[in-house]
Amino acid sequence: MSTPLLQATGLAKTFGAVVAAADLTLAVAAGERVSLIGSNGAGKTTFVNMITGYLKPDAGRIDLDGRDITALSPRAITHLGVARSFQIAQLCGELTVLDNLLVAVACHDGRMSFWQPAHRPEAIARADALLERFRLGEHRRRRVVELPGGVRKLLDIAMALAGTPRLLLLDEPTSGVSAEEKFGVMDTVMTALGHDSMTVLFVEHDMDIVQRYASRVVAFYAGRIIADGKPDAVLADADVRRYVTGELVAEAS
Amino acid sequence: MAAVVVESPKHAAAPSRAGVFALAFAAFVALAAAGWLFPRWLTFLLTLAAGNGLVSLGIVGLMRGGVVPFGQGMVFAAGGYTAALLYNKLGITDALGLALAGGIAAVVVAAPFAPLLSRYRGIFFAMLTLALSMVTYGLLMKLDALGGSDGFNVGRPTLFGMKLPDAHVGYVLYVITVAVATLAAVAMRVVFSSTRGLLTLAIRDNELRVEYLGGSVRRAMAVNFVVAAFCAGLGGALVVLSLGHIEPNFSFWTTSGEFVFVAILAGWQSVAAVFVASTVLEVVRSFSSAYFPNTWQLALGLFLLFVIRFLPRGIGSLWSRRAGS
Amino acid sequence: MNAVVTILIDGLTYASWLFIVAVGLTLVFGVLKILNIAHGSFYALGAYAAASFVGWTAALKWAPGFSIVAMLFAAVAVAAIMAPLTERGLLRFFYGRDEVLLVLVTYAMFLILEDVTKLVWGANPYYVSEPYSLFGNLHLGVQTWVGYDFVLVGLAVVVGLAVWWGLNRTRQGKITLAVIHSAEVASSMGVNVSRVYMLAFSVGIFLAALGGAFTAPMISVQPGVSVGVIVVSFAVVIIGGLGSIEGAAIGALIVGLARSLAVHVAPVSELFSIYIVMAVVLMFRPEGLFQRTQARKI
Repeated sequence: MSTPLLQATGLAKTFGAVVAAADLTLAVAAGERVSLIGSNGAGKTTFVNMITGYLKPDAGRIDLDGRDITALSPRAITHLGVARSFQIAQLCGELTVLDNLLVAVACHDGRMSFWQPAHRPEAIARADALLERFRLGEHRRRRVVELPGGVRKLLDIAMALAGTPRLLLLDEPTSGVSAEEKFGVMDTVMTALGHDSMTVLFVEHDMDIVQRYASRVVAFYAGRIIADGKPDAVLADADVRRYVTGELVAEAS
Repeated sequence: MAAVVVESPKHAAAPSRAGVFALAFAAFVALAAAGWLFPRWLTFLLTLAAGNGLVSLGIVGLMRGGVVPFGQGMVFAAGGYTAALLYNKLGITDALGLALAGGIAAVVVAAPFAPLLSRYRGIFFAMLTLALSMVTYGLLMKLDALGGSDGFNVGRPTLFGMKLPDAHVGYVLYVITVAVATLAAVAMRVVFSSTRGLLTLAIRDNELRVEYLGGSVRRAMAVNFVVAAFCAGLGGALVVLSLGHIEPNFSFWTTSGEFVFVAILAGWQSVAAVFVASTVLEVVRSFSSAYFPNTWQLALGLFLLFVIRFLPRGIGSLWSRRAGS
Repeated sequence: MNAVVTILIDGLTYASWLFIVAVGLTLVFGVLKILNIAHGSFYALGAYAAASFVGWTAALKWAPGFSIVAMLFAAVAVAAIMAPLTERGLLRFFYGRDEVLLVLVTYAMFLILEDVTKLVWGANPYYVSEPYSLFGNLHLGVQTWVGYDFVLVGLAVVVGLAVWWGLNRTRQGKITLAVIHSAEVASSMGVNVSRVYMLAFSVGIFLAALGGAFTAPMISVQPGVSVGVIVVSFAVVIIGGLGSIEGAAIGALIVGLARSLAVHVAPVSELFSIYIVMAVVLMFRPEGLFQRTQARKI
């Protein structure tokens, strides 16, 4: 059995009285498309934040391809081939779409020149390639503050891909996107990812999207994983129906 | 003396590098020629505007990264005192050499604090830089070896070994200062349009994302701080040579405040605007002290309010387009 | 032993002065989220107003005890006139903008008030001597302290308790605490945030002016008085944590003692002992000694 690309072991995190994570253990193999589901506050984003180094777990360990990354900073983890998008798109508001992508490309390269023009042909070509993959061409010269929600999310994800990561974490890629646009956005994203053998973890609330795009589903509740397996099996699980999708009424506790 | 570059998303329309250099050279020649015809008080005023403008140029570089330093007086004084000391103690009198020495000394003074300061933003950054400049002020006041509260005088500089003729000292210093300012302006223009410049703008908008993309925010901010120090040191040395005198007040927080005022007035789009704004300040200062001696600060305060309210992006926004620069 | 007592008492009196001066600044920041550079200017206005009012009581041949009332009245007058003028007339147009931008607006206010003060009172120093000798002297061993210095200590305690009680025990105070926490949420619950801002700013100016008024007898009141105050009160507020009243008290004590130590042990360092403390605190606890919990960002 080969080393999983991502191995989280016994992760725990509390904020005061709130248990955001309790003994989370999860292994993700390369190439999997895993959906993380759970109601708000279940600990999904906390999990993503810990994996990407934004939060340090109170206990537990995170390994990327066998290497311990628990204590590393987001920047270091990014350079190891991990990228993420955000629940609320984190973009450079005053800059144009093209400039945002140029920044993403430049940060990945790591060389910050004092004299090389930011808008030189090679850099623009790479940014444009990402633009095309995510069908953002018509917005190329618009400032981010002028963009609608769905386009922002796409840009958010496009920027994450500037570094051709091995592991991509998408935090609610369709949240804040209107119902009609949701599938369009997810389609664009998955098509853009299609030709990469990239491992993807995406947090999602919409079960239709989960069933369509995930090869595996992990369900969270109160900081713990309550189900883990194929989409059909997990979505039929009684606990998941009770605590995540709300199809069964949860018992008063 | 500096290039007016319109940065827009339409990259084909932006002047090329060569265009920027040509424009800057032309501006310098025009100013040098005009200076020959100007009355003495005007060349002196413009010399100070150019020298002080250098400090504000560095501040603009930092503001593009989203922080406002309230203590550039520290590095301004470092440059000035270095030039003054080299002149008096070591007999180094070449104007350009002293200017360069001032810039380097300012970098040496600023560098130890850069990593620390790069961790702060907003009010904390402003107050920490202010504290540092006030500590410097305190030191300068107490150290008699550096002239104490009176400071000390600096004689007339030389240029490439040649003594400056009595009749034209003002003009030569004017040309030297404007030349250095032009070079610095062009250099900063290049830096602003570089990858590093774009990264700085990105940090201003969303430094969290920049970190997540793999960029080092702290290193970029530290570098910006050091670059700003170099500019301020150049300015400090040149201003001292023109004034013929240095004192601890160079490091007082109100001096720093004036540099910030010019940067705010200029905005962070156009490099030329910095020097235009600096000239405006010098004009207002001269005018006020000549006709309304007790209202210089009142005028400055009202002017600042006006700019903040009606020209929040500075006068540079009047001729530079907004998007992406 | 004597040296220790001297340092402690000097530290305490200076800390009291610092607290009175800084508490208004931290209150204004806590409520309005504005770091008011003009705070020192209101302090100066309090000092000048006190000089005038006390001068009038002396000219009217009133008993010296009235000078205390005059100083109090001076502080009230400054707040009553300046608060509406500056808050309604200027600051409110910039609410919600970037915090450093607001600092620049208050910087402009400082510049304007500097010259306005000079225009009204002139550039020559004023001396407010009557109240200073009202409280006799205190002898401890070889050291003598003027009784008035301890009035400041008493005033600091009264001010501290009053502000604490006002915020925590009155209805208006609790509303203010809500606004401190989140103006937006308070507004959506029906609080007249505008009025709370006005009130907090007025109290802040009053406290600054009070500090100035009661310090007037100890100094020569002249142009430039405001500048020294601004930087020092910043240091105290930053150390204690912006918006924290307890922080201002602890910060004042720390800075007061540090300065007292500096003055007695290493006089050369007096001018910048404060800034060094501020820099050290900022390096290790950037939010000051009393941090506020931050809400989740991503």
